[in-house]
Amino acid sequence: MSTDNGNSKIESNSVGCTPLITGNPTFSSITGRISEIVELEVKKTPKAWFIAFGITSTMTMAMSAMIGWLLWEGTGIWGLQNPAGWGWAIVNFVFWVGIGHAGTLISAILFLFRQKWRTSINRFAEAMTIFAVICAGMFPGIHVGRAWVAYWMFPLPNQMSMWPNFRSPLLWDVFAVSTYFTVSCLFWYVGLIPDLATLRDRATNKIRKIVYGIFALGWRGGNRQWQHYEKAYLILAGIATPLVLSVHTVVSFDFAVGVVPGWHTTIFPPYFVAGAIFSGFAMVMTLAVIARKIYSLEDFITLNHLECMNKIMLVTGTMVGYAYACEFFIAWYGGNVYEQSIFINRAKGPYSWAYWTMVTCNVIVPQLFWFRKFRRNIPWMFVASILINIGMWFERFVITVTSLSQDFLPSSWDYYVPTVFDIGIFIGSFGLFLTLFLLFLRFLPMIAIAEVKGVIPQADPHHYEHHDDEKH
Amino acid sequence: MSNSTHEIEGVLAEFSNPYELLKAAEKIRDAGYKKFDCHSPFPVHGLDAAMGLKPSKLGWFVAMGGATGAAVALLMQWWMSAVDYKIVTSGKPFFSFQAFVPITFELTILFSAFTVVFGMLLLNLLPRLNHPVFNSEQFKKVTDDSFFISLMADDPQFNSEKVKEFLESTGGKNVEELNADE
Repeated sequence: MSTDNGNSKIESNSVGCTPLITGNPTFSSITGRISEIVELEVKKTPKAWFIAFGITSTMTMAMSAMIGWLLWEGTGIWGLQNPAGWGWAIVNFVFWVGIGHAGTLISAILFLFRQKWRTSINRFAEAMTIFAVICAGMFPGIHVGRAWVAYWMFPLPNQMSMWPNFRSPLLWDVFAVSTYFTVSCLFWYVGLIPDLATLRDRATNKIRKIVYGIFALGWRGGNRQWQHYEKAYLILAGIATPLVLSVHTVVSFDFAVGVVPGWHTTIFPPYFVAGAIFSGFAMVMTLAVIARKIYSLEDFITLNHLECMNKIMLVTGTMVGYAYACEFFIAWYGGNVYEQSIFINRAKGPYSWAYWTMVTCNVIVPQLFWFRKFRRNIPWMFVASILINIGMWFERFVITVTSLSQDFLPSSWDYYVPTVFDIGIFIGSFGLFLTLFLLFLRFLPMIAIAEVKGVIPQADPHHYEHHDDEKH
Repeated sequence: MSNSTHEIEGVLAEFSNPYELLKAAEKIRDAGYKKFDCHSPFPVHGLDAAMGLKPSKLGWFVAMGGATGAAVALLMQWWMSAVDYKIVTSGKPFFSFQAFVPITFELTILFSAFTVVFGMLLLNLLPRLNHPVFNSEQFKKVTDDSFFISLMADDPQFNSEKVKEFLESTGGKNVEELNADE
């Protein structure tokens, strides 16, 4: 018993005591290990990469063709009808924006909380954010019907002398998501500058030297630069934190500001934010498990890192479960018959299969992470991360479709069924996301080199004081 | 330079770890040199004080950027919805500022973020693709595992021989002159 206690004590502190990066790294081994993935000659790119890229880019092309047909023919090719005027496109939009949120949480919120383990995963989590927001932004863009006048969403001077309605949550969303995308790109690029300089200095061919050289902006690693750089990074983290909370809050306003039963609730903003972080962490987990295996990065993304992420999924998953329960309680306690009927319908009506899929994947699956065995079991966490994302997609489906398809007027009720184009464009969006992600893995350092060096013991000047005393 | 002898732009010395870099920076600071910089692959804690640097002013830039963003957003929404193109929505006042809060917030963040990044680049005088330190072959290791101190010739106390000796006395290795482009 006593040994057992001793063990768990050491391991519960493992992120603080045992090294964050295993395998006795030196500064130069870190540089080499991460840069060599990017520096591989084109001909020597792993076959698996080419196969994966072939599949994902084909998916992207197929999606582009379907979007072309959508633009030609109109949104009638989707399963939208009355009363369900919002279908998969909106579900997918909320799904992808949510995925992005984990990247910002890891890069900004965990930075402010001084969680040093984030340095191993923040770079590709941020990349994931950007690509997810690109996929997200696409859906409302094509959902407006006449995509060629999508610029009407922005307050641009025009010959009609009209301005957008600033009281509409849909317009707030335009500002929130475009700000989110811009800030995520800036944050990501600022983090990349020192690493691009590393690639510039290691470059052996001219093209690489010029391209990385230009994007490194002439970084010299001088402390007069680091000083402002670190301040910039801190402030960006400080402003990205309220931003990420505001983005999914505004997304939830798209629903909550309307009067539709099942949407018009004040719990939506925190509930959406928790769900977003939950699904985003699941996506980071899916990608991290694959990437660390393929590129043998077990020393950088250790089991402790994965366990930390599982703990966050447990917390956010439980919050989401609490929100589901709370919605039901308020529907009953609020005494509004429309609200009550929509919630009974969710659990027992025509879409109950979707509702119970959502509950199983989002509430029950993460509960297994209470057990250490499951938190440190890689096959299980991989399966769980995929189940969680299926569940989170269904959450948005349940919210959007159950409320709309059975509105106030029973004579207009209908069962919403997606068409092949709804499904195809959604699958294609994964192709786009993964294509961008594969390009990122190939051409940019997927782990923040300079940041990882900063968390190993040799980076601390005090580390050398002891040796110094011995010498004299 | 038309001159056959290169003009000296500064002196560079290598240090083997962050601790030596920190100690050398303190000595250089105490000797009264101003135009020097400590280069490292990652930010080294304590160097700001060791070099005698004042805190970064970037925060003030960002505060102004954020305030500008908030003002622009509110003015835009007021002018567009209450002056130039009035539409009655749910019988609300034309300037219903509560509904304008989300966009004001987003633009505050957007303007702040731009000032952070461009303010940082401005304070760092980047992009600058050409710098005397880049003429040194050994300097390429600065983004890998080496630590350097560069002392530039525009320092009022600069004297290349004395500086070289001084850097060696602080523990610097591979001391070299930085020459201007030919």
